Amino acid sequence: AMEGGPSARIREGDCAVLKRDEVFKAVSVLRRRKIIFEKQWFYLDNAIGHIYGTTFEVTSGGNLQPKQEVEETTTETKEAGTDNRNIVDDGKSQKLTHDDIKALKDKGIKGQEIVQQLIENSTTFRDKTEFAQDKYIKKKKKKYEAVITIVKPSTRILSTMYYAREPGKINHLRYDTLAQMLTLGNIHAGNKMIVMETCSGLVLGAVMERMGGYGSIIQMYPGGGPVRAATSCFGFPKPFFDNLHEFPLSKVQSLLSGTFTTETLPADPEENALVEEESNGLTEEKQTSLQETEEEPTTEAALEINPTEEQDTMDINAEDVEFKENKEKENKENVREKQIKQWERRKKLLEAAALLREKNADGLIVASKFHPTPLLLSLLEFVAPSRPFVVYCQYKEPLLECYTKLRERGGVINLKLSETWLRNYQVLPDRSHPKLTMSGGGGYLLSGITVILDKGKSDSSNSEALKMEEPSAKRCKLQDLPC
Amino acid sequence: MSFVEYGDTIKDGDTAIVFLGHESMFPVKVQHGTVTQTKYGVIRHSTDLIGKKYGSKVTCSKGGWVFILHPTPELWTMNLPHRTQILYSTDISIITMMLEVKPGSIVCESGTGSGSLSHALIRTVAPTGHLYTVEFHQQRAEKAREEFREHGVEHLVTVINQDVCKNGFGVSNIADAVFLDIPSPWEAIGHAKSALKAEGGRICSFSPCIEQVQRTCLAMEEYGFTEINTLEILLRVYNVRTISLQIPDLGKAAEDNSSAGFDSSNPSHQGSPCANLQQGTVQFKSGVPPREVVGHTGYLTFATKS
Repeated sequence: AMEGGPSARIREGDCAVLKRDEVFKAVSVLRRRKIIFEKQWFYLDNAIGHIYGTTFEVTSGGNLQPKQEVEETTTETKEAGTDNRNIVDDGKSQKLTHDDIKALKDKGIKGQEIVQQLIENSTTFRDKTEFAQDKYIKKKKKKYEAVITIVKPSTRILSTMYYAREPGKINHLRYDTLAQMLTLGNIHAGNKMIVMETCSGLVLGAVMERMGGYGSIIQMYPGGGPVRAATSCFGFPKPFFDNLHEFPLSKVQSLLSGTFTTETLPADPEENALVEEESNGLTEEKQTSLQETEEEPTTEAALEINPTEEQDTMDINAEDVEFKENKEKENKENVREKQIKQWERRKKLLEAAALLREKNADGLIVASKFHPTPLLLSLLEFVAPSRPFVVYCQYKEPLLECYTKLRERGGVINLKLSETWLRNYQVLPDRSHPKLTMSGGGGYLLSGITVILDKGKSDSSNSEALKMEEPSAKRCKLQDLPC
Repeated sequence: MSFVEYGDTIKDGDTAIVFLGHESMFPVKVQHGTVTQTKYGVIRHSTDLIGKKYGSKVTCSKGGWVFILHPTPELWTMNLPHRTQILYSTDISIITMMLEVKPGSIVCESGTGSGSLSHALIRTVAPTGHLYTVEFHQQRAEKAREEFREHGVEHLVTVINQDVCKNGFGVSNIADAVFLDIPSPWEAIGHAKSALKAEGGRICSFSPCIEQVQRTCLAMEEYGFTEINTLEILLRVYNVRTISLQIPDLGKAAEDNSSAGFDSSNPSHQGSPCANLQQGTVQFKSGVPPREVVGHTGYLTFATKS
């Protein structure tokens, strides 16, 4: 199956996510590799082969062991108080000292047993209310019963992890906002998507997960190359990447204005080899600027072969002809390899350009640190009519401007500026209430649908804009407000 | 066209969305020879729709115009005929992500209701997944089947007419995810667990009342579900408006010792530097919230079977 058939078992080489309560950490599953997580260190070796979702305990040797299902001590009528009016917090209610507890740990006593010891040695425990006792036990368990669950990466897991650990890397895109983008954008198998993100590849990965390897994605990127650190965490099978393309933002203007050169096709690698053999001296190809780490060139240059005599890469020993011949062969191979790589890169660039030039993408997703307006105005040109687009911005104001510019441009309807408000709850008998408020921190979305653009008819887009706004009566009311 | 695959041109038999303007649209079944009435006039399917590109502007008989849009589950949710209260895209989005639904997923859902979530799930599991949806109301089950057929997705969904609390989902050990939106979800937790794969899966229950949530969480715990988590999500929309605020008249500083209180009837002196400021307004763009917003839909409880 295209979606790779989910492997339910932990395998060496996987990217797995360690989970303890609400804390996540992504790690590579490698043998004899020391992992530090939540103040514990251990090896993952014993986890290999187990099903994802299994919970482990860390043994004293730093090895993982699946946690046994333990029967919770049945609650016989526990002695408990009614309220805390007589409980004084003098810090002396626990009779076990730091050293006592450490000694227990060193003896290899299980966390469960330690918690039991703490309860028995607490003078105030039986005076606490049942609820307070529950809370106390939960808290001690959290501290002393170190269990780790190994979970399979997914958009849910990774977006939660990134938001909690490294929100700066994803422009503070909260996971519920990401969820909205995927749905509003109608991301599904078979789409031809344009994605522009500077979220370490998290958004790209989320889009890829929802496409299941079907369809195609063109990732637009700033600078030298796309960042896909988070994407590799998802563990997608190789075929998923067959239809993932990338295209540099710096070439967008030339592509739109029609000046992106397609005439200068890459020189055939065979042809290059011939040139080499014919020339007398050492040849080393002039490094074109299509290198991974360098900036994109300002001009579109065809692959050039400049026979230059470079002395520093080769040692010419006139006496050792055989050595020289071997070295020449090796050098030619290296040069040929580089040429092939650059030729392939150029080929991919042209492929991506061709895909974009069709101007029939099924959707556009933008989530970056850049101002959204120029991105939207240019990238929307590549999207077919009657397709959704979604732009994320950490701040609201740039999206206000974006909205205005889009209205001026025309060719978009159903524009919506929104954010989602998320609240978690604690649900316990007689103790249910909201947990923490996360509203206000998740970022904003501007979404809409493309329509056929009536270019060159400014009054039609004006009347369109008016039609799309709310009735003007509401505007007058605001001006009547007293100053 | 189908709800799981984009098409470019409007064809006979398609379900298309007619967009009239701000927040005003409705679905239409495209049929040769039919006409559709709108406030801008008549749309003749044979000449105005069939063969046109989706996203086209269509001028109606009275001169006004509309846009014809390709259907999506999101547009369908905003326009479908309600047989029950429905789930909207905000909840649907977080449900989809938290249940880890993707192409190839097998999902069980109850109740089908008006098919809002169903269409969204079908879209996400396509082309290799499947949705088993259970609805105990016979007419609603039948109507859902009819709609899935019309929308070209019947091969991706099975509608089962039974009571999920009594008889479960009709499948066992195959689901990656289960969703419950029924009055007594705690009665279906056991069935949900058996529908889910042995190696594990995700469950979600949607309930408007906290009491329902409490009972459901207890049931989930009893059946050995882990990672039980309850949340709610609300959409906040902003209307982009240009706002003009007047500068207040604060009077002038006194030039001599006579009192210079605020006197709005006093015409400003010629050439006074403050005069212009006092008559002016300041304009700015703002994202203005609507007067009334949705304050609650329901609580979403997620959990894992491992």
